[in-house]
Amino acid sequence: MIAMEVLFVLFALAALTGAVLMIAVRNPVHSVLFMLLTFVNVAAMFVLLNAYFVAVIQVLVYTGAILVLFLFVVMLLGQQRRPVPEVVRSVQAPVAILVGLALVVEVVGVVVASAVTAGHKGHDTPQAIAAAGGNVQALGQQLYTTWLLPFEVASVLLLVAAVGAVFLAKEEI
Amino acid sequence: MTPPLEWYLVFSALLFAIGVVGVLVRRHVLVILMSVELMLNASNVALAAFSRYLNSMAGQVFVVFTITVAAAEAAVALAIILALARHKDTVDVREMDILKD
Repeated sequence: MIAMEVLFVLFALAALTGAVLMIAVRNPVHSVLFMLLTFVNVAAMFVLLNAYFVAVIQVLVYTGAILVLFLFVVMLLGQQRRPVPEVVRSVQAPVAILVGLALVVEVVGVVVASAVTAGHKGHDTPQAIAAAGGNVQALGQQLYTTWLLPFEVASVLLLVAAVGAVFLAKEEI
Repeated sequence: MTPPLEWYLVFSALLFAIGVVGVLVRRHVLVILMSVELMLNASNVALAAFSRYLNSMAGQVFVVFTITVAAAEAAVALAIILALARHKDTVDVREMDILKD
């Protein structure tokens, strides 16, 4: 039995390595593939958090649909175009890394300074979820009762996005 | 034993910061869009972690909605990028500045 901490560190290191390489490599196809590594490891992280349904849709929707869409567009735009001159010796990269570091320091400071687990606890304890029949049943029950209106609005949003994407990608606009 | 909530939040912050750096540093419009997706994913990790440690299913419901919005956003943004690349014949964000004129 491997401790959960070990698994967490493994998945976190793999995901962060994929993310860093994603923004570091020049070839956009390689960027998409490193993003795949990150997303699969984030899905593993969801499994560690007992969010099984979310882990499945992370793999299906993100890595299955969105990343394939990205890969299609990268291939469609092709390598024959002029390569994008990325920043090499500019003040932009160090400043961006400083901004990122400042963000991390701020968030870690907030997490350390505040008692994040002392908040108001909900009713969905592991026992309650097990009694409802598991993660998928518990999530579905809330999604189709408490969150029914947002759920329907999200479906309309997807329809609008599909129509908009078809309209925008037409040849003549 | 399970790792404490703080680990997940720090991991989420690191992932988000890498996404921010990617948006600021890169000039390829697709890589910038991928960095935005990375930031959305980092927030998903934080939501799922809070859902687990505060015993509330609402966090996971939010993750479902975030993934829906991310899918819609990716579809529309990629269509815009395709139209723009066809129009300007470039994927460099510095050359996509015609709204300034």
